[in-house]
Formats: sequence, structure tokens, C-alpha cells
Amino acid sequence: MSALTFTLKQAIQQRVDVSALTPDNLAGKSLSDIAAIPLDSGRLKLRVDSLFDISGDNAEEIVFNNASGKLDYIGSKMKSGRITVNGGAGSYLGFQMRKGEIVLNGNADAYTASGMAGGLLHVHGNVGDFLAAAIPGDRKGMKGGIVLITGNAGERAGDQMRRGIILIEGNVGSYCASRMLAGTIGVLGSVGDYVGYGMRRGTLLLTQPPKLHATLQDCGTHTLPFLSLMFKSFSNLPSKFAAINKNRVQRFAGDIANDGKGEILVFK
Amino acid sequence: MIINGVSIDDTFAEAFGMRGTRVLITAQNLRWAYNAARAMTGFATSVIACGVEAGIERELSPEETPDGRPGVSILMFAMSSAVLMKQLETRLGQCVLTCPTAAAFSGIDDGYPEITKINLGKNLRFFGDGFQTSKVFNGKRYWRVPVMDGEFMTEESTGMIRSVGGGNFLILAESQPQALAACEAAIDAMSKVPNVIMPFPGGVVRSGSKVGSKYKSLIASTNDAFCPTLKGITKTELSPEIESVMEIVIDGLTDPDIRVAMRAGIAAACELGAKNGIKRISAGNYGGKLGPYHFKLREIMA
Repeated sequence: MSALTFTLKQAIQQRVDVSALTPDNLAGKSLSDIAAIPLDSGRLKLRVDSLFDISGDNAEEIVFNNASGKLDYIGSKMKSGRITVNGGAGSYLGFQMRKGEIVLNGNADAYTASGMAGGLLHVHGNVGDFLAAAIPGDRKGMKGGIVLITGNAGERAGDQMRRGIILIEGNVGSYCASRMLAGTIGVLGSVGDYVGYGMRRGTLLLTQPPKLHATLQDCGTHTLPFLSLMFKSFSNLPSKFAAINKNRVQRFAGDIANDGKGEILVFK
Repeated sequence: MIINGVSIDDTFAEAFGMRGTRVLITAQNLRWAYNAARAMTGFATSVIACGVEAGIERELSPEETPDGRPGVSILMFAMSSAVLMKQLETRLGQCVLTCPTAAAFSGIDDGYPEITKINLGKNLRFFGDGFQTSKVFNGKRYWRVPVMDGEFMTEESTGMIRSVGGGNFLILAESQPQALAACEAAIDAMSKVPNVIMPFPGGVVRSGSKVGSKYKSLIASTNDAFCPTLKGITKTELSPEIESVMEIVIDGLTDPDIRVAMRAGIAAACELGAKNGIKRISAGNYGGKLGPYHFKLREIMA
């Protein structure tokens, strides 16, 4: 059994929705069935084999090679297996993902991990705006699982995030953890303006002091035992966060304009 | 059967089904982990009046605990799940929530066929008066409750399993100090056995009971057949040279755990042998009709 591999034949101009190509969707299907699956691309419906060279037979292991930023909804709603993406990914990577694993070697666009409820999403690269955020009309963003980003994230990372863990090794844009409902975000790099804007609950862990707006309040410096527990739970993750074991932080609570039960913890 | 001059009675200990749970208690250092654990397992010698039987199982190194701090594991047993849940909650609230730096975690997550999730800190969180927060790591929910020393941390639930209580054996000796010395040796050996506790003071009980009493309101009373001072006036079980009898009661998570502990304890007592005044090992039972678990001494020591 070798990994079911989709190799993009040539650069595409129009965006393509590849949400149909997930392990649980393709399980038990023959290569000819898979080749005939229609994919939405603007007004068109394109056969899978018109875009990709298909090889391999193990639908539990899906590989996208030569992938481009025009491929949206990779791993959407997936419930099992593993998807590896080599190249880039478009928007909505891991959209409403339930279980399994996605590894992206490249950059992803907006709304990565939006609505994700479980599993592991590992991006070796950067992601665009609205990481783990709710799509317009939804009230909650990411609802569970773990997201690891080795590069940077754009603006509004964790907007309306409800549960789960996001660990970002690079920098994050403005409005990080805005309107966050709960969950944990860790950022090793810098964050932009208005961090925790409208944050309701949840934890944002930073290594450097951010610029704070008026409704985030200093609660002093503390040694918090739960951080040891948290970093112990990270110790098996393929991330720089796995090596951290510090529990001395300055605690800022907020956004007190919106309940104020969120916290921004800054390593001392 | 005679081991080192100590005769092993052809009898059995009769034990009952109980509900058991384990809780891991950590703190800044072992001293405070013990303070919390001793408080939580205090006044928990017998279900007759304490509700639960509880004790400290063993010390935990920082590598073994969820939060990387030193700790101890405790076991708690009750006759019903409702009593166990109630006692766990009240004891956790009064003894661990109150103890500086202490935290509590689940001690049973897998490894048993039937595990029921029961509340650990689930309701204690409301002490936080709205300032409590929860965190989920590796699928387990933890609560952080702000308290005056910082934060009280507790896992939301722990596991409860069907377990066994009331395993026991009696040590019959020529004098009280010799009986006690044998009990101490037995307890030292048994405290190294995992999954069991000996709930009585120091692990040893002197007031073994029989069912019933001459007084109508008492359901149990002193086991006069084993009382050395009544040898002449009651239907005694004791031979003339026996001057003192002490009992060790064992509660364990499973039937095999109790067997291992009984074997370790009896072996340690027998090691002192007849030359140190240890004459006989017996066990307490009710004729075999009440408890579903029978621990035959000679089978265990075979």
C-alpha cells in the first residue's frame, strides 16, 4: 500500500475546492472512481484527473504534491487518516476537521483551521489572516484539536476561537486572540496591535511584552503550576514549545470590556 | 502448614466488593503533599462509621505526577458509589483545596475493564465564584480556582472501579510487644505493594469484631473468641500461650492485589518466627456466607 498521491499537473488560475479529497471520503473508492469526482472551481466542475496525476492506493495517507495556494478546503471535515501537502495550500485548510492529521510543507492562506474540532494540523510555513477564526456568520472559530505553525500568522489569529491549542513559533499580526472565547494560543515571536481585543476567556501565552490597550489589566507576576502541566502535555509535540518548561509569568486579564476572564501570560 | 515455627491456620479471610478510586496529590514539596494526603485520608479507618476507608498508597516522584511536582497517591474505598463520590468531594474540598500549594489529579484512567468517571474537582470549581477557568490538555479537563496562595489546580474527574475490601489476617503472639513488632514488620512489607492500603491506624487494628452483640442496638461487638483476657470464660480460639492478637485489614483495587499484599505481610511476620513469640496466623471470616471473596491463607502462602 502506498500513499494516495495527487500531483497537480500544472499551475492553476482559478481556485479549486478539494474538500472531497479526504481519507474518509476516498476510503474504498477505486482510482477510476476517484478520478471522476467533480471538484468545484468557480462556475466549473472539474474532474480530479483533469487537475491531478493520481497514484497510490492507501486513502488513509493522502499526499498533495506540487500543491498551490489555489487549492481551498484541503482536509475539510476529515475524520481520520493523514494528509500531507507539499507546496502550498489555499484558504480553509483543515476546515471543520474532526480527527486525523494534516501536515503542510509550505504556506497556507486565510481561515486555516477554521471550525476545526479535533486532530493535529501542522504547518511548516506561514498562514494568512483569520487562523482558527470563525467564518462570517459563525459564532465560534476553532473548537478543538492542536494547530502548530512554524512560521508566522496573519491578523485576527484565534478570532472567536472556542477551544483547542494553537502554537505559533513565529510572529502574529494585529488583533491576535480577538473575541477569543476559550482555548490556548502560544506565540514565540511578536504580536501586533490590539492583542486580546474583546477577548472573553482563554489563555494567550507570549514570550515578549505586547502593546496593551486600556481594557487589559495587569494582575502581577506569578508562578502558575498549571503551566508545568501544560508544557508537560506539549512535550511530545513536534514544536519548539515542547522544550519549554517555565511557569513564571506576568498575568494580564481582559478584555474587561468583554467579561475580562481571558488572560495574557507573558514569560518573565 | 508451619512457616518458621509459625502455624498457618486452615482458614480464609472473607472480603467484600467495594468501590475504589485513586487520587494523585501533588504539592510544592513532599511535606505539603503529605499534609494534604494525611488530612484527606484521616478518620477513614472503617466504613462502619467513617463512610470510606482510605490511605496513602505510595510516594510519587516528580516524573510520575501530571504537573512534575512531588506527590503521593491515595486510595479510597466505600461500600457504594454514591458514598464514595460524596466522601471524595467533601474530603477534597476540605483537605486539598485548603492545603497550601496542593493539587489533585486522577489516579485511574485506564488498565481496568470497567472504569466509571466520577467527579473530582468538577463541583469544587464553583468555589472560584466565577473566576475559575478550565484548561483541556490531552483530552483531560483541569480546573484552575483562584485561592489566596495562588491557584488551586484539580482535574475534573477521576476513575472509580469495582474493588475489594476487607482482606485480612490475624497475628497471634506470646506478648503484646511481640505481636506489635510482627505487625510493624508486616506493614513495612505491605506498604511496598501497589494498589492496596491498610486503612487502620498504622495499618493495624486491635479491635476485631464479631457479628452481633448482647445489646440489641449493636450490630457488631468485640471478638471475644480472640480476646486473650477472656480465655477462661468464653469459647476461646486461643491456646494458653497466646497473650495478644492483632489484625491487619487490606483494601485493594483488585483481588490479586490483596493476595500479593497478604502474602508479603504474612511472610514478613513469619520471618520473625516462633523464636520472637509469633505463634499463629489466622484470618477473620463470617463463615463464608457474607463476602464473595475468600482468601485462603494456606493457598496464598503455598
